[in-house]
Amino acid sequence: MTTMTTRDFPLLKTHVPERKRAPAELTAKMDIERLTVRYGPRAAVDQVSLPVYANLITAVIGPSGCGKSTFLRALNRMNDTIPGVITEGQVRLDGKDVYAPGCDVIELRRRVGMVFQQPNPFPKSIYDNVAFGLRVNGLVKSRAELDSRVESALRAAALWDEAKDRLRRNALQLSGGEQQRLCIARALAVAPEVLLMDEPASALDPVSTAKIEELMFELKKDYTIVIVTHNMQQAARVSDYTAFLLTGSLVEFNPTPHLFTTPTDPRTEAYITGRFG
Amino acid sequence: MERHFEREFEELKERLLWMGGLVERAVHRATHSVLDADGALGKEVLAGEDAVNEMQLEIDERVTQLLALHQPMASDLRFLLAVTRINADLERIGDQAVNIAESADRILRHPQVKPYVDLPRMSELAEGMVRDSLNALVRRDVELAKSVLLRDDQVDRLRDQVFRELLTYMMENSSVVYPAFELILVAKNLERIADHSTNIAEDVIYIVAGRDVRHPAADRR
Amino acid sequence: MKLRALDTGFVLLAGLAILLIVAMLAVILGNITIHGWEQVSWEFISAAPETGMTEGGIFPAIFGTVLLVLLMTIFVVPLGVAVAIYFSEYADRNSWLYRWSRQAVNNLAGVPSIVFGLFGLGFFVQFVGGGIDNTLFGGQLTFGQPALIWAALTMAVLTLPVVIVSVEEALQAVPRHYRDASLALGATRTQTIFRVVLPQAMAGVLTGGILAVSRGAGEVAPILFVGAAYFLPHLPTRLNDQFMELGYHIYVLSTQSPDVEATKPLLYGTVLVLLVLTFLLNLTAIAIRARLRLAAGRTR
Repeated sequence: MTTMTTRDFPLLKTHVPERKRAPAELTAKMDIERLTVRYGPRAAVDQVSLPVYANLITAVIGPSGCGKSTFLRALNRMNDTIPGVITEGQVRLDGKDVYAPGCDVIELRRRVGMVFQQPNPFPKSIYDNVAFGLRVNGLVKSRAELDSRVESALRAAALWDEAKDRLRRNALQLSGGEQQRLCIARALAVAPEVLLMDEPASALDPVSTAKIEELMFELKKDYTIVIVTHNMQQAARVSDYTAFLLTGSLVEFNPTPHLFTTPTDPRTEAYITGRFG
Repeated sequence: MERHFEREFEELKERLLWMGGLVERAVHRATHSVLDADGALGKEVLAGEDAVNEMQLEIDERVTQLLALHQPMASDLRFLLAVTRINADLERIGDQAVNIAESADRILRHPQVKPYVDLPRMSELAEGMVRDSLNALVRRDVELAKSVLLRDDQVDRLRDQVFRELLTYMMENSSVVYPAFELILVAKNLERIADHSTNIAEDVIYIVAGRDVRHPAADRR
Repeated sequence: MKLRALDTGFVLLAGLAILLIVAMLAVILGNITIHGWEQVSWEFISAAPETGMTEGGIFPAIFGTVLLVLLMTIFVVPLGVAVAIYFSEYADRNSWLYRWSRQAVNNLAGVPSIVFGLFGLGFFVQFVGGGIDNTLFGGQLTFGQPALIWAALTMAVLTLPVVIVSVEEALQAVPRHYRDASLALGATRTQTIFRVVLPQAMAGVLTGGILAVSRGAGEVAPILFVGAAYFLPHLPTRLNDQFMELGYHIYVLSTQSPDVEATKPLLYGTVLVLLVLTFLLNLTAIAIRARLRLAAGRTR
């Protein structure tokens, strides 16, 4: 090479692209098999089977009334609180069916936490809200330990800075977005393994929504997240896997980039492109 | 607040500029393979073709995903649209470099037709335009991009000159037709490279200033 | 135009009704206050009656009334809250237990007060009291007679429906999502009720208490045979003592007094004191409830 050595190609020096990330190993934290949930004659969730991979965000999308909330609530047996609900099929957490007789529902709900659509902090102080789960489950022995767990939960929910001087004040004084992060902190305090989020940002303004979405990326490192949302764009932005439900049945379950660029099922395509009747 | 997708945009830009670097080097090697009668350089260009094509596919796929998953707006949207165009132009420049390298191989089998005067000038200009259009992208420099647009005419004129000269040679001496013809093709390739660089410069202006400066003569009413 | 006239007409009618009620109240209270005011004095309130109720004070009756009401509240509030919690949080609406107990509570609300009195006599005094006497006191008459505790229990049964309804309403008013949030954190139903739902329903519990207190201070028929006495030389100190009570005192004064004219001023005075006492008891409970509401309200 002659004149080559005198020429320099700075772009090849400064803009070296990282090697493409090898896809991480997937383990299923939860495995849902032929889940059916009925209120009366109609099945709100009909024979749905899908895996929930650990440390990833799985989104469940679909039109109103397609059963996504019912599906989510089946994962931590919250449907049990509704009279007349019949649940069939299996929901396995780390391999064990949570609907098997002898399963401790209280412990299940500690391991699989939930955040609701409307922020619903208790009308108690911020501190007492976060400490609630720890107290009812008898998880801490000393005041110091309680303090430290409350602090780490608030930090994990990106609320510590806003809350640290107001711990004794009533939670209802916080803004909507802060209240929702408080609910997240409250759920995180009991050290769950899975976090179920039912349209967590639908009642919030865009800035708060963005904060919650960024928070989810952080939380993904330590928790497995399942999010139900009627906002497709949110599912696209945030999730790794997406499930599309229609009138209780699972139409498609795929990695999110795949589902949103080249969906396998024409119904998915119709829904995503907004051509639904 | 840094959003998650900003990292993905940065990665995309890195890859585009890397591809630009590969293409820039290919053009340089290909032209010097002719000008310096160095066959080895030409072979390196041919060997590097696959890398350029793979990068183009990867960039396109990334853009598709970013559009689908992040619903970008305003400057983000313009950026992605321009990336697809720049991507295509870079790949075409790469193709032209490969053509030049292939011509070089054939030219070098014959004695040099004449001392190269205009071709080196063309190749300097064309290489410069490639480099500057990419630098304009890196630095978001509209003025640099505009300077690229201005050089295109020069390149066109030089190409015409080379055509006339070589045609004369071919008419006077039929034994030099093969290499002379290939040299004309090389000039044509260089002129195409300059054109594509102009496109890239126009896209940079679109990204930075939001103005679509393509086809100013077209009636926009 | 016609609608406008109807609107105004209705407002006028409503105003008239209010005026009527206010007028009635004014007449009743006014009459009592005017005639009773001169009778009331410190001595009246603090001394015991003398010379056949024609002189002296009514302190024992005041003491008895307050004691009765307090004891009644201690019985009725926990019981009412428990039943209300059952109805609101635990009951399966389709079960026979729920439907029967609901019916029972509704019917209880409609029973005339005098019937409660007879019930108190037959059940508490004779059956339970007699039973206690036979088993614990070897037949000696200690609890098998009209007593403070039986009167309090009778009153508690009487006011139970009103407490249940108020508390149940308050529990139902607590939004569902608080229960959901609590359960989703791994709390049991019981923990949820006692740590989240009930604290929020406290205002309702107090309302129930207030309503019970108002009735308790005023009802006479239930305690006629169950513990109230016309004249006692000493204050009630034990649960099986009898007691004097304002309402009963008024009843006796106005029907069995040998000299009606002489006792008339005492009567007015006693009535005034009863009214004021009821009013004060209510006011205290309302004040506590307002405090609670304020503490909760400061947070909204």
